[in-house]
Amino acid sequence: MNYAVDSKGFYGIFGGAYIPEMLQYNVEQLRSEYLKIIHEPAFQSEFNYLLKHYVGRPSPLYEAKRLSDKYKARIFLKREDLNHTGAHKINNTIGQILLAERLGKKRIIAETGAGQHGVATATVCALKNLECVVYMGSVDIERQAPNVARMRMLGARVVPATSGSQTLKDATNEAIRDWIQHPEDTHYIIGSVVGPHPYPDMVARFQSVISAEIREQLPEYTGSPDPDTIMACVGGGSNAAGTFYHYLDKEKVRLVAVEAAGEGIHSGRSAATSILGSVGIIHGSKTLLMQTADGQIIEPHSISAGLDYPGIGPLHAHLIRTGRAEVIAITDEEAVKAAFVLTRLEGIIPALESAHALAALDQMQYRPGENIVICLSGRGDKDLATYMKYLDTYESIV
Amino acid sequence: MSRLFDLFARKQGGILNIYFTAGFPGLEDTVPIIKALSDAGADLVEIGIPYSDPLADGPTIQASGQAALKNGMTLDLLFRQVAQARAYTSMPFILMGYFNQVLQFGEENFLSRAKESGVDALILPDLPVEEYELHYRSLFGKYGMDIAFLITPQTPEARIRHIDQVSNSFIYMVSSNAITGAKAGIDDYQEAYFRRISAMGLKNPRLIGFGISNKATFDQACRFAQGAIIGSAFINALAGSKDLASTVSQFIGQVRQG
Repeated sequence: MNYAVDSKGFYGIFGGAYIPEMLQYNVEQLRSEYLKIIHEPAFQSEFNYLLKHYVGRPSPLYEAKRLSDKYKARIFLKREDLNHTGAHKINNTIGQILLAERLGKKRIIAETGAGQHGVATATVCALKNLECVVYMGSVDIERQAPNVARMRMLGARVVPATSGSQTLKDATNEAIRDWIQHPEDTHYIIGSVVGPHPYPDMVARFQSVISAEIREQLPEYTGSPDPDTIMACVGGGSNAAGTFYHYLDKEKVRLVAVEAAGEGIHSGRSAATSILGSVGIIHGSKTLLMQTADGQIIEPHSISAGLDYPGIGPLHAHLIRTGRAEVIAITDEEAVKAAFVLTRLEGIIPALESAHALAALDQMQYRPGENIVICLSGRGDKDLATYMKYLDTYESIV
Repeated sequence: MSRLFDLFARKQGGILNIYFTAGFPGLEDTVPIIKALSDAGADLVEIGIPYSDPLADGPTIQASGQAALKNGMTLDLLFRQVAQARAYTSMPFILMGYFNQVLQFGEENFLSRAKESGVDALILPDLPVEEYELHYRSLFGKYGMDIAFLITPQTPEARIRHIDQVSNSFIYMVSSNAITGAKAGIDDYQEAYFRRISAMGLKNPRLIGFGISNKATFDQACRFAQGAIIGSAFINALAGSKDLASTVSQFIGQVRQG
């Protein structure tokens, strides 16, 4: 089975570039240039320099011993939460800002859900002295206030998306509309492995540093670069794409994608896209998405703003439909509980998104003692307002 | 002979294409609006299928789509309304929607229902011309359904020529780097683009859309193309209307006579 993108941007039947003519110019410029630019030695050396000295890579691969004891497995956490700005998102924004510079773009736009991608974009724009506009759903602006403040402090303009469910999907719509109106001077830094080709492939490449490092770090513990299982949460799926990337062809390594079930998969308030979704087009890409029989996109729900998206990246749609990756869906409550468990056992407060991946340990079957790598995609500082509501509930959780 | 072909053969200039969203302002307003447009002398009508995520559309069309969906508009109802309107007028009908709507309805099913209800052509802005050629051209042919593609100020000449080869109704010239919605007017940059396309000698007629809102912008656009498309300005007029028939006839009258 081949999991790489083909020349037209497809992973099996998923992907492509279903975009209005107004976006052809920008997307075609990107498509024809991205591989060439990424492979330039000067690009590579600046990218690697910034990842090392600015982001703080390599991020540690930490053996979580108390968590391992609880689950009777050997659990390793890939600590993307320790990156500068607090999540994996910066790996991609560093790559894209260097690309935007080389394309001669003067203005950067981005969408954001939890605000992590917005912060990571505002950060690299400050670094490179480029104008930055971040679209964010009004609902998310409300529930992720600290990140809104960070973006503003970094000099970005945060524009509320007031249409639809006022979350990530709508922020993405607004960013695309902005790009249509600024085809020449603006680069759109998409934050996940979604959107028209070449975005899913480009973002996956920038995030692939996660699995490249795991392969170097794991042998220190186990003698092998290959764990038995790799787990990551999936909204659009960028941390999962990066965590799976160098393992896609290693078929004996089991891949687990963890989706947000919201208030329950069939509660009507869910973001379990691959389970509830069907083949369709969202944000320029053919993938699995939640929609009505009439093709109207259904507004998702998750307690985690970063997973509150009605589609998934086309790579993940392909991995799931071909059986290469399995899916587990985690409810809001299960995620919050898992966040408290990790915090008490390991002294690490995870982002709500990453907490979904941790919660999947409770539902997954595995051999006792097997090696499991979980991508801890971000830190939980931004989610304190949510966690504070549960301080009493989980006071004596462990 | 198709209604569209017939229109473009009969009329070389000043073609007025009006866009509106089906099911807006009221669910049952689709048929009366089309009838009024036909009575008032619009040359063709572009019926928008309301969509939850219309990427190429500005706030006016987005809001009308949201309202129509709230009113309960569905594709099945839309096809029935279009068929009713078809019984009344021979004005060409174009259906504008997003490709996901066609996919979910089933491509073949969609084309067959559209044809049955009297639709002459489709505009699907997010179905790229390459994808159409590769997977859908013959299916459109089977159902005798025409398609119109968009070009923009950024579309390279070779791509315009290619789109002209593949198109079989008209070319939809997006007037500027924009989403739909009324703007102040047409500037020199846009005029230069209109002239450039006009000088290319394309085989398909051209209609200019986006930012056309009144007699002044309509007339200006018509100097460089066979006609123009008005959408958001018309929807704004409908939104405040107490009497649809008179709103429509006044609107068309103002565009035609000023």
